[in-house]
Amino acid sequence: MSENSIISLQNVNKWFGDFHVLQDVNLEVKKKERIVVCGPSGSGKSTMIRCINRLEEHQEGTIIVDGIELTGNLKNIDSVRKEVGMVFQQFNLFPHLSVKENITLAPIWVKKMPKKEAEELAMLHLEKVKIPEQANKFPGQLSGGQQQRVAIARSLAMNPNIMLFDEPTSALDPEMIKEVLDVMVGLAEDGMTMIVVTHEMGFAKTVADRMVFMDEGKIIEQAVPDKFFTNPDSDRTKLFLSQILNH
Amino acid sequence: MNSENFSVSRKPPIATTGLLGWLRMNLFSNWFNSLLTFLVIYLLYLILPSFFNWTIFSADFIYNDFGDRIIDRTLCTGRVDPERGGGACWSIIFVRFYQFVYGFYPREEVWRVNITYFLLVVAILPLLFEKFPQRKYFLYFTIIFPVIAFFLLYSGFGLLNTVRTNMWGGLLVTLVLGFTGIALAFPLGIILSLGRRSKLPVISMVCTLFIEFIRGVPLITLLFFGMVMLPLFLPEGVNLDGLIRVLVAVTLFQSAYMAEVIRGGLQAIPQGQYEAAQSVGLTYWQMNRKIILPQAIRITIPSIVNTSIGLFKDTTLVVIVGQLDLLGIGRAALADQTWMGLSQEVYVFVALVFFIFTFSMSRYSLYLEKKLKTGNNAGAD
Repeated sequence: MSENSIISLQNVNKWFGDFHVLQDVNLEVKKKERIVVCGPSGSGKSTMIRCINRLEEHQEGTIIVDGIELTGNLKNIDSVRKEVGMVFQQFNLFPHLSVKENITLAPIWVKKMPKKEAEELAMLHLEKVKIPEQANKFPGQLSGGQQQRVAIARSLAMNPNIMLFDEPTSALDPEMIKEVLDVMVGLAEDGMTMIVVTHEMGFAKTVADRMVFMDEGKIIEQAVPDKFFTNPDSDRTKLFLSQILNH
Repeated sequence: MNSENFSVSRKPPIATTGLLGWLRMNLFSNWFNSLLTFLVIYLLYLILPSFFNWTIFSADFIYNDFGDRIIDRTLCTGRVDPERGGGACWSIIFVRFYQFVYGFYPREEVWRVNITYFLLVVAILPLLFEKFPQRKYFLYFTIIFPVIAFFLLYSGFGLLNTVRTNMWGGLLVTLVLGFTGIALAFPLGIILSLGRRSKLPVISMVCTLFIEFIRGVPLITLLFFGMVMLPLFLPEGVNLDGLIRVLVAVTLFQSAYMAEVIRGGLQAIPQGQYEAAQSVGLTYWQMNRKIILPQAIRITIPSIVNTSIGLFKDTTLVVIVGQLDLLGIGRAALADQTWMGLSQEVYVFVALVFFIFTFSMSRYSLYLEKKLKTGNNAGAD
């Protein structure tokens, strides 16, 4: 593990039953670095980032997040989850809570923040994602793009050092993708450490410090976007890029 | 924007709205429906007059047709003059009303039961209606109400005479069994359902075994178990009150069913909800309390009410182990020489009382469903 890594995956292996979904994955992420992970479906991208906040358990290797090793130790898992925010493809907002309650829940219960303070914090983050006027609505009344922005605000309210995005725009109608990506670009500009699984190559080109290409459970190639898009080393990367860029 | 520019909205055709429209749509939409409608009207014509005649128009209430106060069955109009009889003799209910409502609770202590009934209403209303003023503080009362009720009814906080439960009866026993059974089984059911889904094999196995065992035997068996076997498990010298033993059996029975109902709700919650809750750092209990259970319970309200209604009616089985609930008191009244033979009146009355309670429960559940469907209410707390 290099000295200034905030996330470090070393020889991580994971199986779903007999299926070897992560094979000797090594990844170092520096503070404030923005990583975009891409690859064909079933390549293990989502599984990899879900291992980083222990939504999935890895079976071999080490994962260290902000100096804390992820093991069976529940205390470690809790402290890692406080550091790491996550945004899901399906938003996963809590449908029985209002937008504001969705955001204040974790600060109030996990950080023991007074309700009033948490609500001010929620409004602050809702303004950041540009939908303060939706605070008292319920998730079911919002569009997909708005829901995803609430989900981002919900994660940010826990003041994480790291944000994981698991295909945040894949479930959105095309006209809503931009509003979510804009918020993510804003986050990147603020210096958030981000790992983003996405097929939005335009976003990758503008924001990513480094591209990671995965296939069949392995990291095939890592490169800065310039090189990745113009002159990748691996044939598989070339094939993948030609498939997603030329349609 | 002026919507009138787009279209002028017209009234719907007359025959589709109002009473006429309703009749047409629902009762006479085709010849078969019309036939059924007339058939049903004819059947009602056959049944209703004699029904109302028996229950109301020819019935005796407090006095018979000759102006005498009815104090035993021989004074019912039908007995005095068989020619004129033909109606119900409700006097049995009026004369024995006290037993139906309180059992054999001493008359000079009955105010304790009345206060408990009143407090029961005070405890339940804020639970049922979210708009109840000062709801939060009333809910604290709701939580401690069972304890207050127990001491008030049983020992009078040590200040009053102890009224042992073998003096309790009628509606009092039915309500104690029904409400306590439902109220205790609910949290127990939640814990069992979470336990059954636990990742820890021991917990999940214990809960599964418990649920399957309880569901696998009839309530009557459990009642006998409570009466006969439970004392064997208790330490020497501890003698549990009869009603409490029955209550234990009823609660265990209900909790197993409740657990399965809630488990059904838990299974309907998408995995993403768990993941989102975990990813913001909630602990297992926080996640269940704030995210998973509120949603699971919401979707299972109809089933929860359904099993609760089932339990409320099943409490009548306790008569088998010697507890005189509402139905038991009714049967006791019928066994009395003075009133023998008026079984129709007693059973109709008991049925009516049960119907009032169960029907209110089902209406409440409908109200709740409707309210939750429209959605914008109630956070997790």
